Amino acid sequence: MTRVSARFAWCKRRFGAGFWFALPALSLIALFFFVPVLTALALSFTDFDIYVLGDFSTLRFVGFGNYIRIMHDPLFWLALRNTFYFVLIGGSLSVVFSLAVALLVNHGLVRARGLFRTLLFLPVVTTLVAVAVVWRYLYHQRYGAFNWLLEQFGMDPIDWLGDIHWAMPAIILMAVWKNFGFNMIIFIAGLQSIPERLYEAARLDGAGSWAQFRYITLPLLFPTFLFVGVITMIGYFQLFAEPYLMTQGGPSNHTLSLGLLMFNEGFRWWNMGYASALAFVLFIIILMVTLIQAGVGKIVRTRP
Amino acid sequence: MNLKKLFAGIAVHAALVVVAFFATGPLLWMLSASLMPDMEATRMPPRLWPETINPAHYLRLFSQLNLLRYMGNSFILAIAVTVLSLLFNSLAGYAFAKLHFAGRTAIFRGLMAAMVIPGQVAMLPLFLMLREMGLVNTYLGVIVPGMASIFGIFLIRQYARSIPDALLDAARIDGACEWRIYWSLVLPLCRPILVTMAVFSFMGSWNDFMWPLIILTDDSLYTLPVALASLMGEHAQDVELMMAGAVITLLPVMLVFLSLQRFYIQGLILGSLKG
Amino acid sequence: MKKILLLLVVLSAQSFSGCREHAAPVVVVNFWALGREGEVVRQLVPEFERTHPGIKVKVQQIPWSAAHEKLLTSFAGRVMPDVFQLGNTWLPEFVALKAIHPLGEQVSRSNDLPLNDFYSGIVDSNRVESGLYGIPWYVDTRVLFYRKDLLTQAGFNRPPATWEEWMDMMEHVKRLDSARYALLIPMNEWQLPVILGLQLGAHLLKDNNSRGDFESPEFRRAFRFYREIFRRELAPALAESQIANLYQEFANSYFSMFITGPWNIGEFRHRLPAWLQERWATAPMPAPIAGIAGLSLAGGASLALSAASKNKAEAWQWIEFLSRSEQQAAFYRLSGDLPVRRSAWQDEILAADDKAAAFREQLEAVVSLPRIPEWERIASRLVIALERAIREGASDDEVLSELDRDVDLILEKRRWLLEHRP
Repeated sequence: MTRVSARFAWCKRRFGAGFWFALPALSLIALFFFVPVLTALALSFTDFDIYVLGDFSTLRFVGFGNYIRIMHDPLFWLALRNTFYFVLIGGSLSVVFSLAVALLVNHGLVRARGLFRTLLFLPVVTTLVAVAVVWRYLYHQRYGAFNWLLEQFGMDPIDWLGDIHWAMPAIILMAVWKNFGFNMIIFIAGLQSIPERLYEAARLDGAGSWAQFRYITLPLLFPTFLFVGVITMIGYFQLFAEPYLMTQGGPSNHTLSLGLLMFNEGFRWWNMGYASALAFVLFIIILMVTLIQAGVGKIVRTRP
Repeated sequence: MNLKKLFAGIAVHAALVVVAFFATGPLLWMLSASLMPDMEATRMPPRLWPETINPAHYLRLFSQLNLLRYMGNSFILAIAVTVLSLLFNSLAGYAFAKLHFAGRTAIFRGLMAAMVIPGQVAMLPLFLMLREMGLVNTYLGVIVPGMASIFGIFLIRQYARSIPDALLDAARIDGACEWRIYWSLVLPLCRPILVTMAVFSFMGSWNDFMWPLIILTDDSLYTLPVALASLMGEHAQDVELMMAGAVITLLPVMLVFLSLQRFYIQGLILGSLKG
Repeated sequence: MKKILLLLVVLSAQSFSGCREHAAPVVVVNFWALGREGEVVRQLVPEFERTHPGIKVKVQQIPWSAAHEKLLTSFAGRVMPDVFQLGNTWLPEFVALKAIHPLGEQVSRSNDLPLNDFYSGIVDSNRVESGLYGIPWYVDTRVLFYRKDLLTQAGFNRPPATWEEWMDMMEHVKRLDSARYALLIPMNEWQLPVILGLQLGAHLLKDNNSRGDFESPEFRRAFRFYREIFRRELAPALAESQIANLYQEFANSYFSMFITGPWNIGEFRHRLPAWLQERWATAPMPAPIAGIAGLSLAGGASLALSAASKNKAEAWQWIEFLSRSEQQAAFYRLSGDLPVRRSAWQDEILAADDKAAAFREQLEAVVSLPRIPEWERIASRLVIALERAIREGASDDEVLSELDRDVDLILEKRRWLLEHRP
């Protein structure tokens, strides 16, 4: 090839069809995701609030002022505690429950597997707003179906959404209900990718079901387990819609999550500077926990 | 041995039935309550089935409370987002999989890392940006942020990687231009993942609540979830009416899911196994 | 060619003048109404459109729970309606945002709006920094709604006039049936403790409304009284969202007293069973001591004109229309909302309405809240303080000092602005 056409070919390779094909999506993502994220970072160093909305000249640059205020804000620590409660307890429950259900559905003796899978997945597909409306009534202290069930078993009714000790468990229950199908499917895929011959070999060696589970299923399922754990955790840290629709963060802010706090500060009070700082703190927390989880995963995997 | 298997079988099925009841119970109650006359759902002890089937709430929702309009809005927006995101994401996904361009690997890694960033971080400035563009309270304002997604690009890229290079090269030798190859060769081959993406997109857009809540102020533009939340503000006392509203909100997306569930679940599995 | 052009010009000139004759452009005034008023006000629109040809009014209803948010969001998004209803406690906020157009000039030029016909306490709450920014639409104040029959059963034949009597009556009602309660005060509402504080003369904020004053002795006393009601289990510790159907509960005697506003006159009549209608009544707020009137809040909704409206003249005509005495009376008949003009109270139905009489009395004894943009935020912090005290049992001192700290933080920017931009 001559030098001219060679250069042309290089050019074509680097900026040819591939570039143009990817451009629309990448520009959209850059414009409507990355630019706002960077702007949020900038906003977090200012005191953009409702006065600024009316008169831009009242904007002040405050450096790390918002972040320092976050550290001193008791509402932030409360929201952090609530969010961690939700992620750790709710997240673990969700993952374990999904695994248990996946094991059930995947069991060799099951008939109508497809039907069960569909039914169990149905809550995932539902619109959260509609579901929240239904569960608000189910949780009603005097007329709700749940308390009626408790009474059938001879127990006292619970003030699900009003008792500070029960409100977060109520939210967790609803979140688990809504999401377990999703993780269940992923677990089923993971379970099905474990070769059957391993189980056969184990059975020939005389291993019972529990031993099979401990020494074959669990270790081989570990990558899936880690994956489900990470995506569940990332999703649960962003908890917002459930408390917004069911309790508005109450009672006494015991279901106030970081996402809801951010929404209130940002879209109710228009303290956009403070809310952006909150958003970044949330992001850093998620990042750190993800890295920790990945690190732990690596360590566990490399153990003999 | 056989008896043990029988017991195990019964136990497993029983457990599954209980879980299935747990999963569908609230939805069944919702349906049942929506057909009850006023105040019957809050009676003590709670009724599980309506005495008579009473469609009054549905009629009221459609005639007085304008639900058809909101349903229409939801459909228009969901379809628009689905079509556009399919186009943009598949173009980009294919490019990342099979075509080479400057910084391809670096950009892809960057996108993957960015998936950790919570969407809420971008929401406030995005609102201000759309305000400057005059897109607040418009259909476009709802559609635009959803037109391309990192997850969508990821899914399609994973799938497109399995297309044999030889096939593409043969088409190139035959003189087809890149666009033709994409449109007539790659897209049909990617049909399963495209259906999955379409279902994801449609469901995601239909169920989206937070963004339409923020960006739409005109109630004639409300989508069903936003309208339902707004209805809740005014009619929290009318349990049966709210249940009917919930049923209407859920029905289309559940039907889409039920008819295309095979693809949706396949896509989930694909995304998770490679992830 | 030239001939054709000439012909075209002549024809278009003709059609232009014809246009002006036959079809005047229709101006659409976008109006946001909140809550039930939104449903009801639509019925007043045909009369307006009939008497104001060329103007059409498009009413959109927003639920109260989302109203504050929606109004601010629409302002931030630059998509505000031409005219909107808002709670009068929100006016200072919107004035600070420069979102509302001052109406003083229009009012003085208008023939239909003599301000002295309006309840003065209410008009006052619409003045911010010496400008009139809202026209009061209907009044809202809080009075006592109660079950006459249950009070009679407990041995009382008139409503309470002092705090002492009130507490006594509530105790007696509770003794009738300990599973029930005497008073319903939803935990997410800040109005009652504020009213109690204002009755005692508490200022709530100090230093030109730039610092919190919730630790003042007056407010402390009010707070103690409020807590006592819960401590003696005279009221259930519930938020509004936990009461599925308060009308049903009132009918079931779950509680016998309720402090609420005039919209519930209509709702009670509409939703309570017929046999209950003779058994409930309204009364002005009890006062701390005998011999003075119990104060209540100068609430209500106002109509405001958006500063960014492109149809200010037409929008003003809609506001003026709704403020006319006859329209106020008509609105009352449709919604049960009480008019803000004294002349409208002479409407025969209203004058004969015994349930509204308490409001008429109360309206002469109302007081405004601090008129600053941060009030809503401060109120929400007050609710947090109330919840901490009642639900978690935190002490008065702890809760009130925390509240003052929070409020001081919220008002930091206001202090800065007062210092640097007087």
